[in-house]
Amino acid sequence: MSDLSFDNVQPSLASRRRIRAFDAIVLILLMLALWQAVGSWTQGVAVSPPWPTLTYLFGLVRTWMFWDHAAATLAAFALAFALSALIGLALGLIFGVRRFAGEVAEPILAGFYTIPKVTLYPVVLLLFGLGMSAKVAFGVMHGLVPMTLFTLGAVRNLPPVLIRTAKVLRLSPGRTMLWILVPACLPEIVNGLRISFSLSLLGVLIGEMFSSQRGLGFLLVSGMAQHNVPLSTAIVTVIVLVAIAANTLMLRLGRPRAR
Amino acid sequence: MNEQSHVALSEVVRRYDGPPVVHALGPIDLVIRRGEFFSIVGPSGCGKSTLLDLVCGLVRPTSGSAKFEGQELHGEVPDGVGVVFQEDSSMPWLSVRQNVAFGLRTSTLADKEVRERVDHAVSFMGLAQFADHYPAQLSGGMRQRVCIARTLVLRPRLILLDEPFGALDQQTRLLMGDELLRLWRETGATVLLITHALDEAAMLSDRVGVMSARPGRFIDMVETGWSRDRDSRVVADPKFGTLTSRLWTSLREESLKTMGRAA
Amino acid sequence: MTRRCAALLVRIAVLAGSIALLEICCRFGIIDPLTVIPPSEMVTSMIDHLGSGELNESIVNTFSTILLAFVLAIVCGTLAGALIHSSRRLRDVVDPLLASYYSVPTFIFYPLLVALLGLGKAPLVVLGVLSATPAVMISTLSGLDSVPPVLMKLARVQRLSPARALWWIILPSALPRLFTGFKLALSYALIGVIAGEFILSGTGLGYAISFAYQSFDNRAMYGTMLFVLLVAITANGILYVWEGRLARRRLRG
Repeated sequence: MSDLSFDNVQPSLASRRRIRAFDAIVLILLMLALWQAVGSWTQGVAVSPPWPTLTYLFGLVRTWMFWDHAAATLAAFALAFALSALIGLALGLIFGVRRFAGEVAEPILAGFYTIPKVTLYPVVLLLFGLGMSAKVAFGVMHGLVPMTLFTLGAVRNLPPVLIRTAKVLRLSPGRTMLWILVPACLPEIVNGLRISFSLSLLGVLIGEMFSSQRGLGFLLVSGMAQHNVPLSTAIVTVIVLVAIAANTLMLRLGRPRAR
Repeated sequence: MNEQSHVALSEVVRRYDGPPVVHALGPIDLVIRRGEFFSIVGPSGCGKSTLLDLVCGLVRPTSGSAKFEGQELHGEVPDGVGVVFQEDSSMPWLSVRQNVAFGLRTSTLADKEVRERVDHAVSFMGLAQFADHYPAQLSGGMRQRVCIARTLVLRPRLILLDEPFGALDQQTRLLMGDELLRLWRETGATVLLITHALDEAAMLSDRVGVMSARPGRFIDMVETGWSRDRDSRVVADPKFGTLTSRLWTSLREESLKTMGRAA
Repeated sequence: MTRRCAALLVRIAVLAGSIALLEICCRFGIIDPLTVIPPSEMVTSMIDHLGSGELNESIVNTFSTILLAFVLAIVCGTLAGALIHSSRRLRDVVDPLLASYYSVPTFIFYPLLVALLGLGKAPLVVLGVLSATPAVMISTLSGLDSVPPVLMKLARVQRLSPARALWWIILPSALPRLFTGFKLALSYALIGVIAGEFILSGTGLGYAISFAYQSFDNRAMYGTMLFVLLVAITANGILYVWEGRLARRRLRG
């Protein structure tokens, strides 16, 4: 009565991995080729081709200006993400544990998720003025709700039998939360953090694109305005790489025992 | 009351104030003797699980008294009670060994003693090979064994099991029944088993209580008279057939009532 | 009263209460009326602007763009999803892409799209499609995955043709998840198009809001904003309720 049969799965898994690696490389080359095609077809008016972009980027990262702007974005983003994560976690836990409050709040939160929040940006500007606090507010506006929803869902989907186990083992409420609730909900919470990360970043960047004098979003838009196509393309590349790297890292973190 | 009584329920009724008002259980009078292996069978929805909740203190009776070791139960689980639930309550983020040790996290035992108890429980339940695996890698039956080991490690004086083998195939159930008997003899605990399988109840228990359809009351109490060192081979004993048929005769009527209600 | 009804009533009360609070704060100057105008004025502004017909062209522009992006996203997304599902190898390659897709703010490509396609409908439609299609792909994959293998065995036992198997078994079985994808597609297409209009466009409701803001015409801005929000909430709300109905029917049965 063998319950485990991993041995006969292993060989095909290894060969699948090899094929996947090969295909991934092919895919990356295809995307670079497409990028190159678009770049040269438009003669660098819309997009700068890969190699010139890369060389421009190498030059760019050696300038003070770039790091000055990057730091501005980073500062706003870090604050927005931290606020979204902490407040979202707290609200999600409250709404998850207090079932009725959660039931009342969830459609409201879900509804907020689907609104084009960009239309509310002028209100944010009117309330916070032009500056970092507006960007942070906008980032939080984007990142808070998904974190809350994911945490709420995680708590709600906790198998009730685990709570009954805690009662039978006579655990205090604090220990129940720390030893059972949080570990059980952790994968979903990390998922929420991942989404919240991307959306907070989006919020901050949009804020910069529309009304800021500093930050990567501003650089992107000003690049377009000055017809400095390599600059814009380079900024887009940097953002894409950072976003994907962070996302992949958090995906890995959320799955320690994936089999 | 009687020094031998481990669990004593007296005129216990459990009602849920709706809407709608549901009279789930009772009145129930039940005395379980210390060290006894007692099973409860009954049609689905009759309140068996509610009875288990009452006995271990997870739920308070609407009226009547529920006592464990002479002490009234006040909606809190007392010391010395272990429960194995119907659903899989293993924790997916801990290994088998960590799951089993979880039961002793709040105890004041020395690390050495904890490790010894955990190792004993793990090997007793036949999990030594998988001690460092995670529940997701194990079958349903093995996960239930993990839950039983976690209960075992606490050395409870009363062990409650709510249809613990429900999701398993027949052969595995029979073998797990033998494991349960071994556990019972080794720990000397009182065992209350809830099951829908009549043969399981007849084979394992000293005494079987048959419950009626909702609101659940006891309509029959059957003494099996088996010796203490029994195992699943009692199925060969002619008395086994008599017992099982007596249980079914009592139960059939009630099951039909429940089916009629459901349809 | 059932719990759902009670939750609904409390929800309405909370929302109504918040709006009332905002109204009071604005009227009594607790909130600067130059910053936020009272909700009642937002409503009157919205009705005025709608009634005068000056928003009509913007409305037609925006909604037609959204609709176009939505339809394209659904068609392309479903077909692409089905195609990817049929090939294990293709799927292994595409899965990580899809998993990371929404971590990249699609929006940053918008200025590049404008440079490529000019300032008009095209970059907006492309932006909407780029935002919405992967969601449809993901739900299509998920939906096709969710068809229990035993149903496919049933199809073979009943000797159904591939078309019949698709129409009678696969699509109905996958429908709840497919529908979730459609709901997301509308949401993302709407958000993408309006955000694009807002930042860099010459027409449409998003542009109208941005223009009003730049012209310090708060009243017009809030009126238009309210209209856009109401449309978004209603459209998404209808799909959300519909989706819930689909899901609940499955669960009970």
